[in-house]
Amino acid sequence: MSAQDILVVAETNQDALADITLELLGAARGLASSTGGQVVVVILGQNGAQHAQALSAADRIMVIDDAQLAAYSPGPYLAVLQSVIESESPRAVLVGSTTIGLDVAPMLGARLNAPVVCGCQAMAAEGDALKVTSSICAGKILVDVRVERSPAILLVLPGSFQPAEQPGQAQVETKPSPVPLEAGQIQFQEMILPEAGDVDITSQDVLVAVGRGIQQEDNMEMAEELARALGGELAASRPIVDQGWLPTTRQVGKSGMVVKPKLYLVLGVSGAPEHQEGMKGAGLVIAVNTDPTAPIFDVAQFGVEMDILDLMPALTEAINAVRGG
Amino acid sequence: MKIAVVVRQVPDLIEPLEIAESEMELDLDGASFLVNETDDHAVEQAILLKEATGASVTVVALDFGDVDDTLYAAAAKGTDQIIKIPWEEETPPSPQAAAAMYAQVIKGIEADLVLVGTYAHDELEGVLAPLLGPALEMPYVGVIRGIQPGDDPSSIRAFKEFPGAVMAQMNVGLPAVLGILAAEQPPRYVPVSRIRAAMKSAEIEEQEVPLPAIEPALTVERMYLPEAGERAEMLEGSEEEVAQRIVQILQEKGLVK
Repeated sequence: MSAQDILVVAETNQDALADITLELLGAARGLASSTGGQVVVVILGQNGAQHAQALSAADRIMVIDDAQLAAYSPGPYLAVLQSVIESESPRAVLVGSTTIGLDVAPMLGARLNAPVVCGCQAMAAEGDALKVTSSICAGKILVDVRVERSPAILLVLPGSFQPAEQPGQAQVETKPSPVPLEAGQIQFQEMILPEAGDVDITSQDVLVAVGRGIQQEDNMEMAEELARALGGELAASRPIVDQGWLPTTRQVGKSGMVVKPKLYLVLGVSGAPEHQEGMKGAGLVIAVNTDPTAPIFDVAQFGVEMDILDLMPALTEAINAVRGG
Repeated sequence: MKIAVVVRQVPDLIEPLEIAESEMELDLDGASFLVNETDDHAVEQAILLKEATGASVTVVALDFGDVDDTLYAAAAKGTDQIIKIPWEEETPPSPQAAAAMYAQVIKGIEADLVLVGTYAHDELEGVLAPLLGPALEMPYVGVIRGIQPGDDPSSIRAFKEFPGAVMAQMNVGLPAVLGILAAEQPPRYVPVSRIRAAMKSAEIEEQEVPLPAIEPALTVERMYLPEAGERAEMLEGSEEEVAQRIVQILQEKGLVK
């Protein structure tokens, strides 16, 4: 590996390749074209080699196969990634801003005394430096930063780059962990799947998604009535689930569900990148928010600058009138 | 068990954000602040563990962004000790510097468990929560949605969120740092009267901590508001007029018949 290469940290979710990995690969291909280096993917786990074909747009795929890496635990993951980065000395390491990436990227930065940039949406080499554009404050602020030191560890926002899907001729090497692995103090015990019985929002044609603008739990009834009138189901952004007003199975976003309804009526949701990641497959998007600068209006086809508590009863009534409800 | 909770103030995103004339940082003069949402959940999770195990809870915060109100609210919820680190700069320290400062205070408490919000929306050059692990020489795991006491006093069970509403149960040997995404239950409501009572009874201890000499890892070249791209077509009028227009759109698309 040369000092101009880009290292991509692949992720899997229950043995399936995570979408973010192909997006990181797409970003890495673009960045490598400006550094003149190669793209190397490292994938940790017991069955990583099965994803080699999907990752073949890389120049090289390094599969680290070890029983300790079968499920995510921070200690073994960090030890392996630190060793790989130290031996490969890449120009940049691309990590998804995900449930695993948010753990490991900052700690790798601390261990390697390497710069870390959060919320990366764009990147390019400029001479010896990297120029990175980051999104902070829930997508309301953009920051152009210059990173001089290598390796730069870049936490990439899901949905920011086109996935690399062009098949290539990547070399695949499967090898054991380069360092002895111990379970450590934090150990994976078991995966807990969501309880069966709740509505599967990923298969719904009509979703009414509520966010902070709903203000109080008592107001959820209004949203339910609207969803019922439309023949749809309720979904939510993270704050509503964190409040316990809807179960986690209704959460749309990066760490929630990825939905693709024909109609996505978004009420009082600002549209942070994490939420947008879960709704990018939606058909018609109509957003209602009191904040005219809310990022949700960037992805909606139609928008309304209004308090959802004022609009919901009027809209329910209008729909019921048409449907004879 | 001794629990330390780190609490930060962040700009309120409901208010418009201003960028300084230098175009290199936020103009926080006149900004309104509130407690970082995931830190608020970390406080709640600490109180829940206190109720379940009798643990003591110490809140540690930097004196930034009108933090006193948040600290008194934490006291009213039942925390045992509050330590504030003086800070007079207009912007908060980098996550690396903040981690080193919080670590100095937390080492003095001899905490077994350190809870902090998994992230804050204004973090750019790193994330505080995972940096506290190396700073305290403790293991770290984040994106945690709920903690339960373990089978023995030296361990806990933490539930790490994965996509698709899937959780991973992690067994955590103490001491450790955990990044909290959400507590097992929403942060409890505290009446203003109890916060006022806490303002009279609770003591905020101030502890000076020197700012560590940490070289900036990156250079901010420009900070700006996103350019308006292809925005939504905005529907205007009264509630009834907008509702009628939406119904018309849905009918045109065959989504309401």
